[in-house]
Amino acid sequence: MKLNVAINGEAKEFDIHPKDMLLDVLRDDGYTGVKRGCSTGDCGACAIILDGKAVNSCILFAAQAEGGKITTVEGIGNPKVPSPVQREMTDAGGIQCGFCVPGIVVSATALIDENPEPTEDEIREALDGNLCRCTGYVKQIEAITLAVKETRKTRGARLGVA
Amino acid sequence: MSPVKSPARPKKPARPVKSRNSAAGFKVVNHNVEKVDGICLATGVAQFVDDRKFPGLLFIKFLYSPHAHARITKIDTTHAEQLKGVRCILHYGNVPRVLHTTAGQGYPEPSPYDAAMFDSKVRYVGDRVAAVAAETSDIAEEACRLIKVEYDVLPAVFDPEEAIKAGAPVIHDEPDLRGAHDAKRNMAAHVGIEVGSVEKGLAKADHRFEDRYELGYAQHCPIEPHVCITYLDDRDRLVIRTSTQVPFHARRICAQVLQIPEGQIRVIKPRIGGGFGAKQEVFLEYVAGLVTLRTRRPAKIEQTRAEEFYASRTRHPHIVNMRIGVKKNGMIETLDMKALSNTGAYGTHSLTVVCNCGSKALPLYNKAKNVGFIGEAAYTNLPVGGAYRGYGGTQGFYALESMMDDIAEKLGMDPLALRRKNHIRLGESSPVFAALGEGKEGYDQAMASCKLSECIDIGEKEINWAVERKNHGRGPVKTGVGCAILMQGSGIPGIDMGGATVKLNEDGSFNLLVGATDLGTGSDTVLAQIAAEALAVPVGKILIYSSDTDFTPFDVGAYASSTTYISGGAVKKAAENVRRQILSVAAEILSEKADNLACSDGHVVSKKTKKKISYRNISLRSLYSRNQFQIEATESHVSYVSPPPFAAHFAKVAVDTETGLVKLLKYVMTVDCGVAIHPKLAEGQAEGAAMNGISYALTEEFIFNARGAMVNASFLDYKLFSTRDLPEMKTILVPSYEPNGPFGAKSIAEININGPAPAIGNAIKNACGVRLRSIPYTPEKVLKAIRRQSAPAAA
Ligand code: FES
Ligand code: FES
Repeated sequence: MKLNVAINGEAKEFDIHPKDMLLDVLRDDGYTGVKRGCSTGDCGACAIILDGKAVNSCILFAAQAEGGKITTVEGIGNPKVPSPVQREMTDAGGIQCGFCVPGIVVSATALIDENPEPTEDEIREALDGNLCRCTGYVKQIEAITLAVKETRKTRGARLGVA
Repeated sequence: MSPVKSPARPKKPARPVKSRNSAAGFKVVNHNVEKVDGICLATGVAQFVDDRKFPGLLFIKFLYSPHAHARITKIDTTHAEQLKGVRCILHYGNVPRVLHTTAGQGYPEPSPYDAAMFDSKVRYVGDRVAAVAAETSDIAEEACRLIKVEYDVLPAVFDPEEAIKAGAPVIHDEPDLRGAHDAKRNMAAHVGIEVGSVEKGLAKADHRFEDRYELGYAQHCPIEPHVCITYLDDRDRLVIRTSTQVPFHARRICAQVLQIPEGQIRVIKPRIGGGFGAKQEVFLEYVAGLVTLRTRRPAKIEQTRAEEFYASRTRHPHIVNMRIGVKKNGMIETLDMKALSNTGAYGTHSLTVVCNCGSKALPLYNKAKNVGFIGEAAYTNLPVGGAYRGYGGTQGFYALESMMDDIAEKLGMDPLALRRKNHIRLGESSPVFAALGEGKEGYDQAMASCKLSECIDIGEKEINWAVERKNHGRGPVKTGVGCAILMQGSGIPGIDMGGATVKLNEDGSFNLLVGATDLGTGSDTVLAQIAAEALAVPVGKILIYSSDTDFTPFDVGAYASSTTYISGGAVKKAAENVRRQILSVAAEILSEKADNLACSDGHVVSKKTKKKISYRNISLRSLYSRNQFQIEATESHVSYVSPPPFAAHFAKVAVDTETGLVKLLKYVMTVDCGVAIHPKLAEGQAEGAAMNGISYALTEEFIFNARGAMVNASFLDYKLFSTRDLPEMKTILVPSYEPNGPFGAKSIAEININGPAPAIGNAIKNACGVRLRSIPYTPEKVLKAIRRQSAPAAA
């Protein structure tokens, strides 16, 4: 069957099997920033933004994304122009092995998109589904708190109120 | 058996002792430079093992034993072979039998050779029976189901204390077994030492304490599961791209099991998604390798999360019996530890982990004149133990530091005062260092840096000890604080070796090639900083490339808290050697003595004339015009001391005495890791380790059914702490300067996983008066203990 989606702003058509999971389709198409840590929806390494919501792509049938807008970590920023979350994750020490990081970047970005002024509790809540075995989360939460400030500044600048 | 002798330490000290004693004046080291791989990880472009495509890739799946102990009497693969898309099936009947250890240690390994790629006997639920390689993973799985296996089921033993009793089923009865202590008694390893006289010491002591502590199974849970891809290169050599901590050991072990020379194998380590010891084990690479050799196709093994739990490696569960004899004044005179490790079905790391239970913990209270240690490791029909961050230290400190609080209570002393009175200090040694190393005798060492007292002082204030010790709150929820102090090591003395190559490019940048394995620890950044400091350039000028057996020098790999200290030592030597070469070329150009020249910010500067010449011009000259040569050096480093980092951990808990639920409110760590090469990464190591230890202390456990099968092999049922469980956490680095380390550094990777179990246990005791001697501190256990305590004493 056919699957039509927009990935990071690009329209894509795939030939899929009804049993295919979205994670496999994405990784197979080169979106390898989307990681596999469990395949059971329990770790968040495979998180993507689908129509504005962070979801675990390992437990979604690809077919369920039909017509959807998908953002993966690759669509959030790149090494030349990283997003504030990506920048702060690096600078604040939120990254060790980095395997959980694409999922965390996605969850945090979805949070900030929806709620530009999250409290620390809301950040913790949003990241609760993203397991990280390396960092102990301390510096990841710091990083996202800093990214919230950073985003506020750039948004303010854009509106001319900074 | 007493431990075997270690090779003699060379006469000359390995490194001259520097007079410097602080990090002041460092330009790159001790600064939070940008993590070299940070942005590529944050943006998802970093390449992990499975992020490259291999046309024609085969997928490998395993058939696992449903029985804890059985002999395979018949294996019939006819139906499986007929399934369309199946390319290769491996089982004991068609692979070479080479007994080996999967432990991924230096050679010769201190672990028994008790594992075959596939065996005719299975020893735990999850032991491998066969592997199928097929065009898709679904086909491989389906084919596994089609393999018919007949078993002769044998009695199994799950309890390590039962396993070593006479008459227990013998788990390793194969005649070609090598290196196990006494396989007929299921004893994989045994070690014992005694300094002074434990029994006399205990008899003379004013107070004697004796208790038993238990720690169960746990899995490392790197978020990237084990994964490897093998293929043949143009010259028909086997290339292994794998998530390993030990590329060079992986090459050696694969060569051994596949019976081909090391030179026919290349191991590549791309980015690795965490390991914590799990990826020190080499148990998948040779299976994929054999599929590739037989089919001439690329092949992949990617473990599922469930396989990570039941068919990979775990922390060795331990039963630790601790006895301590103290004087009335609180001086510890006698320490005696007896540890029984459960190594599961195979003995990987069995001897060394149990050794470390004593050798890491017992030197902490070095005033004790009598010290005894017996370590034993039992085979059982349960999952296989392996290296796990903390490596015996976790188990040893749990017993020792829990008992310290009981002693303090009995003597009416403050637990911190008792520790202050007894702990090891600067300039001091412990007889344990020489008596007990990793699987053999160790090396004596005196503490050349130690800020443990300061760690205790600072943590005491930060947790508000004096107040919180007495303040338990009103109502059913009781609060309390507890402490544990710790030490570890930096590398394995006399064994661990790292190599590094530094070479200068035309633009004044340097390639730094290291066998050291960054598996997420940040070692690429830390090693680049060490090179940058020694070469007087910003870290951006160092192009680090780590672990590819074809291109980088040897390194034992990432374990034993060795990378910063050992590999960093090699990097520093190589960089200093290159710096000398740069200076001598500059001396030629400037017609000055090299002694009168200094390196500064990518230039050589004359101290007299202030004339400057850039590394770029030095490089251009040496490569292209006069007295041509490549400015480069390879150096190796071994150390005969293992400078311990020190730490004090403080926990504040709230115990709901009606439900037994323990909530961790605050966690404070004060850590002396020498000079932190990258303070933020060092803090991150501490926080990650502590969080893992906290989760182990409170929730993580393997639950087995009566057949010995793990029933909670998923992240849903095996609870790792997440952001919502995170307590207020405070990490304070307490700087010291370790003269034996590169730029004053010691290790920090492991030590902080050892604190939470005792510190939280001590805090629970302080909060509600109950002492728990096994982890995890589940509500059920806590509540039972509370009930038992408040029940009227039985007549
Ligand atoms: S891989 Fe999707 S949640 Fe773990
Ligand atoms: S950084 Fe390794 S799992 Fe999060």
